[in-house]
Amino acid sequence: MREYLLGNAAIARGLLEAGVGLVAGYPGTPSSEIIGTLVELKSERPPHVEWSVNEKVALEVAAGASWTGCRAAATMKHVGLNVAADPFMTLAYLGVGAGLVVICADDPYCHSSQNEQDSRRYAQFAGIPCLDPANPREAKEMTVFAFELSEKFNIPVMLRPTTRVSHAREDVEMGQAAAPCEPGHFIKNPARRVALPIHARPLHSELLAKQAAMEEALESCPWNRLDLHGNVGIIASGIAGLYAKEAIFDLDEELSFLCIGAYPLPKKLINRMLMHVSRVLVIEELEPVVEEQVKMLALKVNPQVEILGKEGFIPREGELDYLQVRNAIARMLGKAERVAVKNADVSCLPPRPPSLCPGCSHRATYYAMRKVFGKNAIYPSDIGCYTMAIGMGTVDTCLCMGASITLASGIRFGGETEGICCSLGDSTFLHGGMTGLLNAAYNKARITVTILDNSTTAMTGHQPNPGTGMTASGEVTTQVSIEALAKALGAGLVETVDPYHLDETLESFQRAKDYPGLSVIIARQPCVIKARRSGERRRSFQVGEDCIGCKICLDFSCPAIEFEKDKARINALCTGCGVCAAICSASAIREVAR
Amino acid sequence: MRTSECDMVIVGVGGQGVILISDVIGRAALMAGKPVCGAETHGMAQRGGSVINHTRIGCRFSPMVASGGADVLVALEPGEALRFADFLSPTGVVLVNTRAVLPSSVTCGKARYPPVPEILAPLKARCCKVIAMDATALAEKAGTAQAMNVVMLGALAGYIPLSEELILQALSLVVPQRFLEANKKAFALGKAEVE
Repeated sequence: MREYLLGNAAIARGLLEAGVGLVAGYPGTPSSEIIGTLVELKSERPPHVEWSVNEKVALEVAAGASWTGCRAAATMKHVGLNVAADPFMTLAYLGVGAGLVVICADDPYCHSSQNEQDSRRYAQFAGIPCLDPANPREAKEMTVFAFELSEKFNIPVMLRPTTRVSHAREDVEMGQAAAPCEPGHFIKNPARRVALPIHARPLHSELLAKQAAMEEALESCPWNRLDLHGNVGIIASGIAGLYAKEAIFDLDEELSFLCIGAYPLPKKLINRMLMHVSRVLVIEELEPVVEEQVKMLALKVNPQVEILGKEGFIPREGELDYLQVRNAIARMLGKAERVAVKNADVSCLPPRPPSLCPGCSHRATYYAMRKVFGKNAIYPSDIGCYTMAIGMGTVDTCLCMGASITLASGIRFGGETEGICCSLGDSTFLHGGMTGLLNAAYNKARITVTILDNSTTAMTGHQPNPGTGMTASGEVTTQVSIEALAKALGAGLVETVDPYHLDETLESFQRAKDYPGLSVIIARQPCVIKARRSGERRRSFQVGEDCIGCKICLDFSCPAIEFEKDKARINALCTGCGVCAAICSASAIREVAR
Repeated sequence: MRTSECDMVIVGVGGQGVILISDVIGRAALMAGKPVCGAETHGMAQRGGSVINHTRIGCRFSPMVASGGADVLVALEPGEALRFADFLSPTGVVLVNTRAVLPSSVTCGKARYPPVPEILAPLKARCCKVIAMDATALAEKAGTAQAMNVVMLGALAGYIPLSEELILQALSLVVPQRFLEANKKAFALGKAEVE
């Protein structure tokens, strides 16, 4: 049977077909739907599926399960691997029990990310195999293969889809879900489970010694394929291989073609290509991972071969597209490039950037924060929906998960004397903000930390977190108290407000601003999208004839407030939060009966 | 040389139901035994931003339609049609819903939304045919404004190499049973617009 599947759904299917026993992850675009799909796919003996507190935790939980004889996977986005880098690097030494797969989704062009790092570099750095699918079909097949490879070589394996694989759709052949492994036992083996220096040194030698055997095994895998034809060649990896094949078909050329889908690179195949051709173009998104190796190998086997790639042909940044690849190949062949269509003049169109939803409580919190702290204060912010409030003047920094608190501390210790009020969401606080808060308390940072608690992980699709009292599979669990956490981590002043109550929120921020130490404001109001889905009905508001047209409400930039003929108007998008009524200078916005 | 049987780009604003159109086409292509692939936007684009979906029928290459390569551009919102006009092939067709969704920069008076004819004129110069319709009004006529995307699907059906029967069969798998009649009506109204 075939189904039209999203790449991430195909990976989830692959996990079930591999008989995975545990999957742990932290949400992040473009990886989030893997766990979301797994939870929905009902199987006879469902695997343990969890949203972990962060990526480091997820990978460690997965490693523990693997060491207990249970096939396990950890899912994350590329920058999440930075958080998980500590266990990732040493797990390459210690190895696995049952198969362990790290699914790390890259985001060339930063569609929804703060950078576009290339995770193939990480795999190379750690010395582990990396499977780089070109489409959903390959992603599913590679997921199953990754576990076999991991077990064969006693090493974690990375599966590295990109946005255009995770969020592509394709008709995919469905296989049988395998029975998950039987409950296992942890077998004590200090030499392979305790990374003492005395154990790590021989394990490092072992890791290096494995490389040749892994490479040999991948020479013949279905994703590294060599077709020798003419004396001009193309080497392409991942999705670039699809663009290249399409271009070769379109140009109707007999070119030698080496498709790369698995690392460590197949050196024998590359050498055969290099000995066959006089000129070769290496096509890969982001870093020249393949190109560098090809150049090194050419020095040994055919120094005369001309190697083209990142210099002048293929960009090192952003994502590739068909036209770029086609034209690079055409240029190499001396054929005519296809002129891109003249860009349509869109200057008449108003921009349509993503923005905070009508009624979003973050807008209300930021409004009150800015009113109390003023325009000279410093506002370090963080990763989440609230970054979209950059236009409100309360987002001065965005670096990585949880960095708002630590940057705020550093800015204070660096000598800044203005008010400092940082902000981060509940999920971000629990992911990477708690250590920063502890550090701020310990080192006496005089800052205000605002936790924008909408009781979900909204940006990535409303995943639950430890503050919600709900697990990934919808079971009720311990609901952690953010107030108690903040106090335990050492905050002096901890207050909770409902940001829809503007006066109370302003007073709370004022107390935090005046507080001579570390203060925490928890601004709690459920995400409006979630509230709407749960059927919550709110109040209705209208602008009266007494509107004086001062436009103060427009500065609140809620999409539900319009301006027409010198007066404000509330449109159908209104969710009834009522904050604009409190802001209105003429008290012209009033609640009306529905 | 053609590398797919039919390339389409479907655009709109987050929440208008772009993905549903592509999902129905994908399922219908599957029933017809044709290879099909596509690509979509998630994450940041969903918070009231522009949404774009690529769908390729009879294609075994990449899921992305090349710039200048779309046989059909389906726009659920007129401004978005122009924003993504670069994808259109000179021999392509545009199907556009004329009902604008105003971004907040316009509703609060900070920017101007051009009159719809001003948007359609440059589109006409770039392709062979522009078919404009008030799909939102047609959907309301069918019983629910929510079915605007299905009106556009009905209009699209005549331009893709899939039978109407299969598309309707796929539609019935995707929309809830209680809305199926209204959706079928919406589909028929959209289809009538291009006949």
